[in-house]
Amino acid sequence: MPEIPTGYDMSDATLDGPVLSADGKPLKQSLNNALRKQKLRALVLIAPLLIFVLVSFVAPIGSMLMRSVQNTAGVEYVPDLLPNVVVAIQDWDPSTRETPPEAVYRAMAIDMATAFENKNHTQLGRRFNYEVPGISSLFRSAGRPVSRWDIATDGPFKEKFLDLNDGWGDVEYWAAIKANSGYYTSSYFLAAFDAQRGIDGITMKEPDQRIYQKLMVRTLGLSLLITFCTLALGYPVAWLLADLPLRTSNLLLILVLLPFWTSLLVRTSAWKILLQDQGVINDFWIALGFTERMTLINNQLGVVIAMTHILLPFMILPLYSVMKTIPPSYLRAAKSLGASNWTAFWRVYFPQTTAGIGAGALLVFILAVGYFITPELVGGADGTFISNRIYFQFAVSGNWGLAAALGTLMLLVVLILYFVYDKLVGVDNVKLG
Amino acid sequence: MKLKTTLMATGATLVAAAAFAQDNMADSMTVVSWGGAYQNSQVKAYIEPYVANNPGLNVITDESSAEAVTKLRAMSEAGNITWDLVDVTAADGLRLCDEGLAMEIDPDEILADAPDGTPASEDFGNTLVGDCFIPQIVFSTTFGYRTDLLAEAPTEICDVFDTETFPGKRALERRPIGNMEWALICDGVAIEDVYDTLETQEGVDQALAKLGTIKDDVIWWSAGAETPQLLADGEVVMGSTYNGRLFSAIVEQDQPIGMLWDWQMFDLDGWIIPAGLPEDRLARVMDFVKFATDTQRLADQAAYISYGPARASSAPLVGQHAELGVDMAPHMPTDPANAINTFLFNFEWWASYRDDLDAQFQAFLLQ
Repeated sequence: MPEIPTGYDMSDATLDGPVLSADGKPLKQSLNNALRKQKLRALVLIAPLLIFVLVSFVAPIGSMLMRSVQNTAGVEYVPDLLPNVVVAIQDWDPSTRETPPEAVYRAMAIDMATAFENKNHTQLGRRFNYEVPGISSLFRSAGRPVSRWDIATDGPFKEKFLDLNDGWGDVEYWAAIKANSGYYTSSYFLAAFDAQRGIDGITMKEPDQRIYQKLMVRTLGLSLLITFCTLALGYPVAWLLADLPLRTSNLLLILVLLPFWTSLLVRTSAWKILLQDQGVINDFWIALGFTERMTLINNQLGVVIAMTHILLPFMILPLYSVMKTIPPSYLRAAKSLGASNWTAFWRVYFPQTTAGIGAGALLVFILAVGYFITPELVGGADGTFISNRIYFQFAVSGNWGLAAALGTLMLLVVLILYFVYDKLVGVDNVKLG
Repeated sequence: MKLKTTLMATGATLVAAAAFAQDNMADSMTVVSWGGAYQNSQVKAYIEPYVANNPGLNVITDESSAEAVTKLRAMSEAGNITWDLVDVTAADGLRLCDEGLAMEIDPDEILADAPDGTPASEDFGNTLVGDCFIPQIVFSTTFGYRTDLLAEAPTEICDVFDTETFPGKRALERRPIGNMEWALICDGVAIEDVYDTLETQEGVDQALAKLGTIKDDVIWWSAGAETPQLLADGEVVMGSTYNGRLFSAIVEQDQPIGMLWDWQMFDLDGWIIPAGLPEDRLARVMDFVKFATDTQRLADQAAYISYGPARASSAPLVGQHAELGVDMAPHMPTDPANAINTFLFNFEWWASYRDDLDAQFQAFLLQ
């Protein structure tokens, strides 16, 4: 809204003072009222979607991501389950490499008995087992005997714990308990970065044990490669579709959409049959006279082939819808002005399709980064993605904290890439049609 | 006359008791299992006869056992348990019990005795793992091989690691469990020392190094159905999977596949009752479980799938396959001829070391 000129340079006296609308209210106010009503109506219209997104998407994802820093064992926080231990252990310094003092063992006896009563002691064991393997059996086996001890008379408890299991004298175990005695923990993120916390502080794991870094790099690298492959294969197809008369192009478009409508699992399994050692392609290859069968599946190559095929429609459709809007006369004009075929394409046609390329590439890349089932089925040993590990941590191992930390990192990486992409290409230039 | 009256009175009391029991029981029950041929065997052997005895009961079957731990955890957090009975592996049963998500049971109190009066705890023996698990079957992870593609048949587990005598690819499960034990056994470690060895870093390195000798010849599977398919396609010459899957491939589909039972890894599958069920649903489930795990029912299940019944008293009752008419006993992992060298999947040990070994195993695969 242009600013209303004020006071001293006014020549027309009637404009002095606020402008009024027909009903006598200041124009600015009545305009605001009208706009507010419109906004409210718009809000009411999108409210169902907004509430749906908040309830079924933002809230669960938010609470899931929070688990990456919450120090919980089951549904309870660790310091709530070990109230006496977390206080007593503060005075103990693991770097002396001496076992904690009697007060800590006594506190553990009290907390363990309570935890056993509430069936929480094994949850605690599982929680600390994420930090040091082997500790969960200590907690599981100690619950029942410790609950029978009399805290007032049965001390000293250090010896009693050591009698139960030598593991209770392991400084490393106690250091892990001390390091994870707060309400929040950085352990899951450390693990997601392939680091570990020992008695002497945080260290990186051995280079050959750094699986999450490797998986992250591989996931991003293969996704980029797949995006590029879909672009290289999809661009000519989209152009052909946009260029043909409507009846033919509709027919061909169905051929693009048909696999799109077919189940993902069916398409992945079909690639297994085609690509395996005794599969159709290799049989054909042998029939051509070659003697060595090719390894096309259960490796990265198989993942790239299968995912390129599966994600191809996500590249073709945005490209097609953008190309459809480019008048063919532009190319003809360029050629009639003396441009070669290549120049006409590269300097006239291609720049107009970048919006479609941007949309297609962004779609395919983001879908590929989160892909799970295809790498699981055709990836073999070296073609799995980070999502496969997130699934493992979530569903098989039950380490939701680490799964959440990996998921958060993945989300951050994608957001950063999106930001970089926005700076380089400009998301405003992306067109889906 | 007197006898008749007594009989009638007893009969009336029994009918009344039955009616009373019926009143207290929910008329709907959700049973969760693994789907496929396995769940089918349970429907045929347990659920259909039970429903025939209890008309009006509505049994809902669910196929979510693979995600049972995660889903029960979520249900418990949400405070709404919708499942009444869940089929899980012993390892998952132990974990659910640890977390307080499964109900603790006293086998002698809630399970039926053997026909000769042997108490349930004795009849089930060492298949009773933890305080919540109600065992049903013994299955094993073992190897099948292509009889036509190998010059000679493999006879022992270490033939899997011998790529010179037995060239071709092998299918192994993409997880450390089983593979690590087999690798150490074939690297000269005695079975009783396997888990002690795996607790040390040298032991883990030793097992991975042994697996590394055949890594280039391995296709790693993650679903039990993959190995039979890979064998049928000739993609691999031998591979590990659950013995019931191999039975289907050999007997039902007539594939040229032989069994290698040497050092098969036993595992258990059974029921758990979710903790915190309302009284009427609990009464229903207890009634069903008592019926479904009695000696005859467990033996009946073996007519539909080649998994061994968990009760000792069921073994002599195992007969023929319900449709194919073949004798089931020789296909059971527990058959004496098959069970010369076996080991039981060490649930407690793996519960402590699984996460760590799995990370190292994945790193090994990535190298």
